[in-house]
Amino acid sequence: MSASTVAASRVGIPARTAGWVGIGLGVLAAYVALPPFLIRTPVVSLLIAAAAIAAGVYASREGETRLGWIAVAIAVLGALFAVIAVNSGEGNLERVFAWSALIAGMLRFATPLIFGAMGGILSERSGVINIGLEGMMLMGAFFGIFGADLLDSWFLGIMVGVASGALLGLVHAFVSIHLRADQVVSGTAINILALGITGYVFIYHYGDQGTPTDIPRVPNVTLPGVEDIAFVGEAIGRMNLLTWAALLLVPVLTVFLFRTRGGLRLRSVGEKPRAADSLGLPVLRTRYLAVTASGALAAAGGVYLSIALLGSFNENMTAGRGFIALAAVIFGGWRPWGALAGALLFGFSTALAQRLPAFSESTAVLFQALPYVLTLVVVAGVIGRSRPPAAIGVPYVKE
Amino acid sequence: MSATQEPEGVAATPASRLAAYLRGGGVIVPLLTTVLAFLAGGLVMLVTGADPIATYEAIWKGTGLQWLFPWVTGEDRTIAATNLQQTLIITTPLILTGLAVAFAFRAGLFNIGGNGQYIVGSVAAVWVGSSFADMPSLLHIVLAIIAASAAGAVWAAIAGFLKATTGAHEVISTIMLNWIAVWVGVWLFSQDGPLQNDQNASLPVSNDVVEGARLPVFWGDPVLQGLHIGLFIALFAVIVFWFLLNRSTVGYEVRAVGFNPEAARYSGMNVGKNYIVVMAVCGLFAGLAGALDVLGWQFRIATVDIQITFIGFFGIAVALLGRNTATGTVAAALLFGALLSGTSQRNLDPTVFEPSLAANLTYIIQGLVILIVSADVLVLGLIRRGRGVFRRDGPARAAAPATSEPEP
Repeated sequence: MSASTVAASRVGIPARTAGWVGIGLGVLAAYVALPPFLIRTPVVSLLIAAAAIAAGVYASREGETRLGWIAVAIAVLGALFAVIAVNSGEGNLERVFAWSALIAGMLRFATPLIFGAMGGILSERSGVINIGLEGMMLMGAFFGIFGADLLDSWFLGIMVGVASGALLGLVHAFVSIHLRADQVVSGTAINILALGITGYVFIYHYGDQGTPTDIPRVPNVTLPGVEDIAFVGEAIGRMNLLTWAALLLVPVLTVFLFRTRGGLRLRSVGEKPRAADSLGLPVLRTRYLAVTASGALAAAGGVYLSIALLGSFNENMTAGRGFIALAAVIFGGWRPWGALAGALLFGFSTALAQRLPAFSESTAVLFQALPYVLTLVVVAGVIGRSRPPAAIGVPYVKE
Repeated sequence: MSATQEPEGVAATPASRLAAYLRGGGVIVPLLTTVLAFLAGGLVMLVTGADPIATYEAIWKGTGLQWLFPWVTGEDRTIAATNLQQTLIITTPLILTGLAVAFAFRAGLFNIGGNGQYIVGSVAAVWVGSSFADMPSLLHIVLAIIAASAAGAVWAAIAGFLKATTGAHEVISTIMLNWIAVWVGVWLFSQDGPLQNDQNASLPVSNDVVEGARLPVFWGDPVLQGLHIGLFIALFAVIVFWFLLNRSTVGYEVRAVGFNPEAARYSGMNVGKNYIVVMAVCGLFAGLAGALDVLGWQFRIATVDIQITFIGFFGIAVALLGRNTATGTVAAALLFGALLSGTSQRNLDPTVFEPSLAANLTYIIQGLVILIVSADVLVLGLIRRGRGVFRRDGPARAAAPATSEPEP
């Protein structure tokens, strides 16, 4: 190994490149043991992993310490994974790693996370911590299906659900902006309040019966032509309307935040409210709008859960998805594309967990913890620290 | 989140400011908060066609608190006694999870991870309690409690450690640790999980805590879930909490860091170490809560229990309403314990009000309590500004940062 590093340094490959190559090789080491390659001997994976480790060590010696060690870690995990895969049945592997179905599942599970994360970005970029995403999402989940049921229209259901989330966002905004409450306390209150409100109205209105089965559902979009293409069709040919909306939201929000006057204002209010104020920007109003919109978006994620994905509601059905959305925001460094990457990663891990019981029931459960572990690793700054907006959590007082 | 600016400048200040305010204000504001929240709860009942007065009366009956009145006699008294036992059984962990949040607040930290610490503690307790069947009873109980407290302490200390070393915000890390605890806990007891029941491989539940490791029941029928001695352990923890904060060097440093981490650092205190110690103590309290529940009345953990437990989150409301003081926490824990048991399936008369509705009502009331407490920061500030002077503890209050935004 030392020989290879010496040789490499003579060649003069930049450390950064070597690090990324190491990471790529580490992933490849795992990938070759899976369908469609399905190499049934660990030797190939171990060789690739060894190369990855070499690249990682080289990178860490040449200055990219962190990146290098990440590459080494991924290589070791990849090799381990490959050994496990090789020792598992081929049939099991093919059942679990049906890639097109996995991608479809990933997008399904990522949709509420994307909505929630985009909402979280809006609120937090304006300087207001929003750990009430979970509650806002839950509001959307219940009032979405409630509205769709009462008004007999999925579109009106979406509207009602989104409005309920916006309303809760407004409460959070009022308490944390106007009354200058601690935003984390207020967010906690929002979560518990939403749990009570949705549970109360749910049981009051539907009793033990649960929501009816003939709720109008948000339709899936069948792409003519694409649907029949072998791999792509299965993966994205029949996605839900709201999934498309969520994916579309990401570039829209990016353009809004970084290419429009409104977005610049929103960010400046979150970074340096005093400066923004002295330029005549309405700090409080901007934050109000951002937090309310945040509630609306998070609720859209909940609406997706109830009237698009499942077609039913049960108490506390978001079950932590709002917190995973928050995790995606942090994971993505408060940037839309980064948060999308986080949401897709977490969605993928859920999709994989859904299929893992073929191997082992309990391992599948353990997979659910992955998003939280990864986020913990990210906030701890092991893999590139993510930096929050400067004025986050600080109530603004006009002078 | 850079290590230099984050812990002292942005993050610690709002929490410490809140903590400072919360300690003032006497009992009037918490009482007012409670009344307001209950009034709002009554309004909800009224809107949904229930009689608030009759419902609150039924909930009151369900709490068993009328046992305290000597004129309640005969069968009423017997029923009240069993209900009160339930109330106190729930109050016990609430006191401890309340302390877990309150202690952090006093140090300017927000421990939102009480739930995870509670879960980790209960897992450790059930594991120790269901192993070593031949161990002497007292030793077994003590060992299980120590294991649970230690597990909770270590779990919470992770957040303190991350804050001290990397500046990771404790709110985020404790939220993540909560969910990691949930899923690891579910994994342990789910089918083919490592700690899943030995007798029945299809049940997602732990082994039973052996007889010897169960806490003795001192009031009521042990078979019908009487009141276990955990209550006294919790009350003892309250004394420890008070002593630790007010009469020890550790407590002095904790409060100093809570008031102003920067000043504490300049006076030579190790702020980072302080974060770790504070979180560990918090986790110790919450882990102990888990142990007392498992050894006192649950005796086993099902994966469902882990997923729906809310005791740690209730601790936030308990601490906030109790203004992070020892006595306040006990009073608030009793209030929420009474509310929980008064609205439980077991205690609430279903002909008056549907218990499953009432359970959600407690969430609404609890949420409102937290919301009003958080909002009354302003109210309190105004009261204090109106009075102009600091009352009891003088200059220390002055050290608490005002509501103005700290300029970097």
